[in-house]
Amino acid sequence: MSIFPVPNGWVRAPHGAERMWVGLALAWCLVLSAAMPYWHFRGRQTSAGEAYDVNPSDFEKRVAQFVAAGQVGDRNGLPIVEVPPGGHGYLIGKNWQWYPALKLKKGVEYKLHVSSGDYQHGFSLQPVNVNFHVLPGYDHVLTVTPTESGEFKIICNEFCGAGHHAMTGLIVVEE
Amino acid sequence: MGNFITERMRVCATTGLTVDLDAQRFIKLNAVFGVVSLLIGAIAAYLLALTRWEAVALLDPIDYYKYISLHGLNMLIFWILFMEMAILYFCASTLLNSRNFSRALGYGQFGLMLIGWATVNFSVLSGRASVMMTSYVPLKAEQEFYLGMLLFAVGALLGVINFFGGVYIARRDRTYKGSMPLVVFGALAAAIIAVFTIVHGAIALIPAWLWSLGALEKAPDPGWYRLIWWGLGHASQQINVCAHVAVWYLLATLTVGAKPINQTVCRVAFVLYIMFINLASAHHLLVDPGVGAPWKMWNTSYALYLAVMASMIHGFTVPASIEVAQRKKGIGGLFGWLTKAPWKDPGFSAMFLSLLIFGFGGGITGVTLGTHQINIIAHNTLRIPGHFHMTVAGGTALAFMGLAYYVVPLIFQREYPLRALARVQPYIFGGGIVIMAVGMTLAGSMGVPRRHPDIDFTGARIAVDMGGATPFLAMLGIGGLIAATGAVIFAALTAYAAFFGKSNKGRAMTSWQTPEQDRMTKNLLTTAWNPAEGKLKTTGTVVLTLIFLASFVVYYFANWKALADVWYVK
Repeated sequence: MSIFPVPNGWVRAPHGAERMWVGLALAWCLVLSAAMPYWHFRGRQTSAGEAYDVNPSDFEKRVAQFVAAGQVGDRNGLPIVEVPPGGHGYLIGKNWQWYPALKLKKGVEYKLHVSSGDYQHGFSLQPVNVNFHVLPGYDHVLTVTPTESGEFKIICNEFCGAGHHAMTGLIVVEE
Repeated sequence: MGNFITERMRVCATTGLTVDLDAQRFIKLNAVFGVVSLLIGAIAAYLLALTRWEAVALLDPIDYYKYISLHGLNMLIFWILFMEMAILYFCASTLLNSRNFSRALGYGQFGLMLIGWATVNFSVLSGRASVMMTSYVPLKAEQEFYLGMLLFAVGALLGVINFFGGVYIARRDRTYKGSMPLVVFGALAAAIIAVFTIVHGAIALIPAWLWSLGALEKAPDPGWYRLIWWGLGHASQQINVCAHVAVWYLLATLTVGAKPINQTVCRVAFVLYIMFINLASAHHLLVDPGVGAPWKMWNTSYALYLAVMASMIHGFTVPASIEVAQRKKGIGGLFGWLTKAPWKDPGFSAMFLSLLIFGFGGGITGVTLGTHQINIIAHNTLRIPGHFHMTVAGGTALAFMGLAYYVVPLIFQREYPLRALARVQPYIFGGGIVIMAVGMTLAGSMGVPRRHPDIDFTGARIAVDMGGATPFLAMLGIGGLIAATGAVIFAALTAYAAFFGKSNKGRAMTSWQTPEQDRMTKNLLTTAWNPAEGKLKTTGTVVLTLIFLASFVVYYFANWKALADVWYVK
């Protein structure tokens, strides 16, 4: 019984069905363990966590330079900035918006630097449903290749204070 | 053989076990505040469900953030930890045929947890700490919030120390022969994990508290804070798993007379939890900056997922022990052991529903979401609360509810009122949780974020349309209302029973089962029999677990397929 002490001599190997199940569970856990390294080498999606120490105010300056150099348009007052093909783009989450809007080309690889100017944020690209965590002081570098064209929205999915629910952004992908 | 103090003990009229009155007092105090926390959490749950159900959209965002903080803290920390304290007192005394170790530690434990509980709830309810349960820096709460959390944690640590003391004096005074009961072994595993957990909490929260006081100029590093905080946040859920698995074994014995087939297998599985779970905080950092892919993969799967294997083992041994006990009673057929089980006993139904929801729901989704790369399509979406409502609410909370249906009659020595309602309560709560969690999972698969009151994004400069998720959010809302109602029914019945229920002092508790079921179970409990003997098959359990494994495989690989379809990213 589970609620009574057991006499000494209870140590013994599993038998029958129990033994089979322990074996099956172990085999499945081996599959689970192998799947991640497999995908690391063969898959196209992972989170390498590449990041650099950055002072939030320095990151804001880099974003401002990036906008000044590459602005190609405007959406409701939010500048749209074209990222040079194969080049670096900058995105900051601050004051409950993702700034600026980015313009990318389908099938081209980019380095997107994402950071926060205030609290923790969740970079959530929709409707693709790709999600990364964003921290102040961390320049999180995402190596991204869009595989489809169109307009994509970024929402924030980490609670960041009173205006969290209205924090959005934009990525435009051209053919 | 026990070491009881004569004027401080009584003999249970139902089980014949000896109850130390000190331990009994602390079991009562902790259980009462556990249930009060559950009630607070359930009231908040109504408001949250009615907000995320878009057709109602009850709360404005500021109130939503306040009540979700309140809900998370009361449900995930206060209700669960008060109940776990009660379980520790019970295990170290009655089940070891021993007395409570220290009355001073007991009052220290309860007093500090009570002060911490009151402080945190005051802070959150007055709008001074709408920082969510996770309180991620540099978001700042008022200082008393962190202080309250620390006091609560220190109180829990005193409770754990008292438990260790209890295990020690039972051993020293040789109050039992052989090895400690399996249920106590599980509680011991939970207590060991609790030590790691509470230390993590202190390391994360002390600097946050000093910073909120102004004694530290800079906030703790947010990446560091997440790493350490989740040593508290995730490991504490492993305490829950250990505790509720121990409760499964306990209820399986009380309700059907079950006996584990192989104690070695069960105990090794508990040891696997202790050894291989403490780095699980990495599951929350799988898409974080600053930690690399090898770190993430290793900390997700280290030692070959042996902690997952431990849960899979318990998922077999618990139903197998029930099946064998039922067959011993002469019940045949592949699933006769289930169809003829005491489903009208809320102790049994809560235990078995908890097992099913935890395994099929919480377990499968948890391992999948916790897979390094798959986390990219799940992090911070509604899939995450979808998962943990099936582990912590459908698993742990439901198991603890089942326990209460025995604790109140046996320890408070009072009977439940409205017994017909009590009999259906586990189904209401469990059913509501499943509906809600499925709604959350489906909405989350469409990208709907967690902790978010308004997916119309009112006032945003860039409009976002998530209209496709509307039916799933309605499921969330309706399921949430049903589950909250189940929790309120439980809390109301239990509170009434504990204070005003009909006394059963001096006689056996009124059984939840038929006299025939009682007779067969009592027969099993009082005679010596070997559950491993050859003719007692576990075929039904084998079929059940194979269905489980097949579901697991399908869900897991479907998620890899979904991941393969998104943008290339690293």
